[in-house]
Order: sequence, then structure tokens, then C-alpha cells
Amino acid sequence: MELFVFVVAAAMVLVGALGVVTRSNPVHAAMSLVLTLFGIAVMFVAHNAHFLAAVQVIVYAGAIVVLFLFVIMLLGVDRAEDLSVEPITNQRPLAAIIGVGISAIVIAAIVSSRAGLGASGEGVDKTTLESPDANIRQLARVIFSDNVFAFEITSVLLLVAVIGTVVMARKTKSVGTGK
Amino acid sequence: MIGVIFAIDPMLEGNVLWTPLLIVLVKVLLVFVVGLVATMLMVWFERKVIAGMQNRVGPNKAGPWGILQTLADGIKLFFKEDLIPERSDRFMFRLAPYLALVPAFLAFAIIPLGGDFRDGKGGLVTLFGHQTRLQLADPPVGVLFALAISSIAVYGIMLAGWSSGSKYPLLGAVRASAQMVSYEAALGLSLGAVLLVSGTLSTAGIVNMQSSIGNWNIVATGFVPFVIFLIAATAELNRPPFDLVEAEQELVGGFNTEYSSIRFALFFLAEFMNTVTMSALIVTLFFGGPQPISIGNTTLDIPFIPNAIEGTIWLLLKVLVFLYIYVWFRATLPRFRYDQLMDLGWKILIPGSLGWFMLLAAQRVGRDAGWDQILVTLVTALVLIVGYGLLLAAQHVSRVNREKDGASF
Repeated sequence: MELFVFVVAAAMVLVGALGVVTRSNPVHAAMSLVLTLFGIAVMFVAHNAHFLAAVQVIVYAGAIVVLFLFVIMLLGVDRAEDLSVEPITNQRPLAAIIGVGISAIVIAAIVSSRAGLGASGEGVDKTTLESPDANIRQLARVIFSDNVFAFEITSVLLLVAVIGTVVMARKTKSVGTGK
Repeated sequence: MIGVIFAIDPMLEGNVLWTPLLIVLVKVLLVFVVGLVATMLMVWFERKVIAGMQNRVGPNKAGPWGILQTLADGIKLFFKEDLIPERSDRFMFRLAPYLALVPAFLAFAIIPLGGDFRDGKGGLVTLFGHQTRLQLADPPVGVLFALAISSIAVYGIMLAGWSSGSKYPLLGAVRASAQMVSYEAALGLSLGAVLLVSGTLSTAGIVNMQSSIGNWNIVATGFVPFVIFLIAATAELNRPPFDLVEAEQELVGGFNTEYSSIRFALFFLAEFMNTVTMSALIVTLFFGGPQPISIGNTTLDIPFIPNAIEGTIWLLLKVLVFLYIYVWFRATLPRFRYDQLMDLGWKILIPGSLGWFMLLAAQRVGRDAGWDQILVTLVTALVLIVGYGLLLAAQHVSRVNREKDGASF
């Protein structure tokens, strides 16, 4: 059963990921991304990380890709792009080199740490009838007590990004007069 | 085995017996049928009530009191010509109605539809020797499932508008996505207050905590989260007064202008189904779901009916109240302007729900640490008022600056 779920979810992730890069229509590419995100959510459920699965769907599929689509529709770039014209010269060979390089690094990392792959850590608290929130409790405890500093720093980072966007998007005085 | 029934074992790792699987299948079928019938009756109910409020008769030909009107409309829509616009994106155009319909059905799965929650029984009933709950699924993420589903529902509307390949549906879709994403934040934050008070995510657990009116979350969270949730839910449903998505006077019909025949019917169905589901969710979160009305130790008991079935009756009555309120909204309230909608969402509801959440959290910390509750509340309220004052001041400064730059509003 677990193998079956893994194969289906992995197929979803891969098909979606390929769709993102191969579809020439931006909206279709965005929908492929949604498929990928759903596949990852299924994988989270398969590993008993129910909360992460829910957050994956709420945040990524429900908010971020919707925002992508929103921008695509608002800017009217929703027609198929002509892929034969290259906006940046030489980007394809460079992208190929970087892609191969990153895959090589990931494979090398897996191969070199092969011995540790079989070992399992503490693992997640499984949900039971008696304590249906065990998983979330565990996650909350880890985030808000052991790693609270990292958590707060991350939230500050996000805030900086938001404020930066507002500052950059704000029209300067000379442009703002709109004449 | 028991994990199958409670959906805490989605991978079916344990031994699976036939009876639990059958119970789950029967439940799926039941929820599907109940959802469809409830939607059908809701459409009729809305038309009839709104007709009454506008001094008309409303549907009265098909069946007694016109109760079969929706069925007749459905059959009519089935036999209409199905048009696909020339400039549409065919695949997305076909996909969109299903993306709207499926989430509407899924969200219904986590609502406790009955069961006996009295005397600490936790809503468990015994069916064929198996303990189960009268709800399709009780996933570990509980109400977050509803949030996830409602965030998916926006895709159906967006893609429908975009794939139609024409202006008005696109405008409707852009409005819809902005509105739904904006109000989801307020929805989630006011839900946070309920979760904080209940201490659990599971819908059955939330219902279980609300044994008497004093424990109902509407009282326990202090009324404000309920108001915010109700407003945000109405906006999330794109129902009046927040129906800018399909403002007939401005956008012809909004995102579904180009749809006809059964595809249009699917959108229609999804919309009303969402209304029913959202009402049931409000009842579950704030009004004790299938719990009977009880004050202190006196419980309003319906005689001669087993407690488990009585839960369903109570749920039905409570949900009916909210369905009526939604129809009432539609009949009485004028539509919001777009800037008013965004102002209400971002400047009032989101800061309001966040502030109230902080207040509840502070009270909880104070209770755990043994501080004086009144002092904690006062200090938190003071901090929140100062914070809101700063927000207002910032808005004022930004408006003055923009006016100085020559922008006019």
C-alpha cells in the first residue's frame, strides 16, 4: 500500500514538475505546479505529517499559486510564449550545466551519506484515537520551544520582504504625480 | 481497523476488515446524497424565502409548494445546448466546473452530522459492533481540512473566468480571487480563536467541548470571532452583500458568463453546496454542532428519540437558522463597493481577528501563570488599542503623503 501511494504521488510530482517547465502557456504551467504541490502533500500524509500536508495545500496551493495566477491574469501574459526567441543569450546551455551540476551534487550527497539513510530519528508522534492532536502538539513544541529563535528570525525575514516590496512598488514623487 | 473508520490511518497500514470499509462506503454514499438533497432544498428554500421577503409567490408549480423546482431546473439545464466559446482554453474550460464542485463536496466530509455528545460519550455510536462517529472523516488536521478545501475552491472560479477567453468573466475571476484570498486570512484567524479555546483541531473534539450554552464557542471566544467568521465566510462564499464576483449590473454574470447547460449547473450546485457546508461549519465551530441546547444542567431533550438521532435534528435546526440568515442577507443588504470590500477585509477584519486572538492567548497565558485575569485583559486591551491607533496613524500619514503627491481619491 505504501509503495503504491508513493508511486502515485511521485508520478504526480514528476508530471507536474515536467509540466511547469514544458508547457508554454503560463496558466497551464501554474496548474502543473499545483499538481506537484498536491503530490508533495500526499507524500507528507504518507509520512504521518498531516499538519504539514494541510499547510502545504493551504499556503502553497491555496495562496501562492493563486497569487501567481492572479498576476498572470492581471498582467495579461496568459498567451503562449514564443520559446524560440531567447531573452537572455546562452541561458539554455548554462541552465543545462547548472541542472546537471545540482543533480550531481544531490546524488553525491546521497551516495556519501548512504550509511546513515537507513537510520531513523525520533520520528513523529502518530495520531491515535486518544490524542488526535499528538502530531501537531509535537510540531508546535519543536517550533515554539526548541527552535523559537529560528522561527522568529524567519518571520522577521518575511516581514522585511513584505516591507521591501511595498517600498519598491511605491511610486516615487516624480512618477507619482501621474502627468 | 478502528483507524479506518476515523481516517487516522489513511495508508491502511493496519489489518483491514470488511465491516469498517463497508461502514465508510455507506457513509460516503450517505454524505453524497445528503449533500445533494440539502443543496436542492436550499435552492428552493432561498427562492421561496426571498420571494416571501419581496412580496412575491416564488416557485409554486413543480411539486407541493414548488419543492421540486430545483429538480425541474436541473433537468432543463441538462437538456440545454452545451456551448464552448471559440476563444476559450478548452481543457481548462471543461476542468473548471469540477474544480468548483469537488471541494464543495469534500468540505462536507468533516462536519459531525449527528451522534450523542452528552455525558462524555464524544459523539460515538455503535454500528454493527463498531464504534464510529456520524461524520465521514475525522482527519488529524480537523478543521484545517476545511480551510485547505476552501482555498482550493478558488481555482474553479479563477480558471472558469480565465479560460472563457472573454472580458467579463476574466474581470469576475480576478475580483473573485482577490476577494477570496483576502478574506481567507480573516477566516483563518477567527478560526484560530476557536482552536485556542477548544485546544483541539478535530471537529468532533470541538463539538464535544461545547456541552452547554455557556461553553458554546460563540460565548467562550467572546462573540467577536463569530462575527468576523460570519462576515468572512459570506465573502468567501461570494454571496450577497459580497457578490461582486457576479455583480449582474457590472459583469453580466461574472466568471460563469460563458457557461451554459450542465457546466453552469455544476457551478450553481457548488455555490449552494458551499453555503450549506459553511453554515454547518459555523454551527460546528460556534454553536455546538449536534449538541442539544442546554443551560447549566438542564438539557432541552426531544422525547422518544434516541440521543444520536436527536443530534442530527439539532444540527439541522441550527443550520437552518444560518441558511435563513444568508437568504436574509441577500434580500436586505446592498452590494459592497470594491474598495469598501478591501477596506473591510484588510483594515478591520484582519487586525480585529488578530487582536482578539492575542487577547484570548494572553488570557490563557495569564490563567496558566496565575495572574490577575482582569489586569491581564486590561493591559492587553490597552496594548491592542495603542497598536490599532498606530495603524490608523500610519494610514493617515500615507493618505496625506499620497494627496501631497497629487493622487486623488
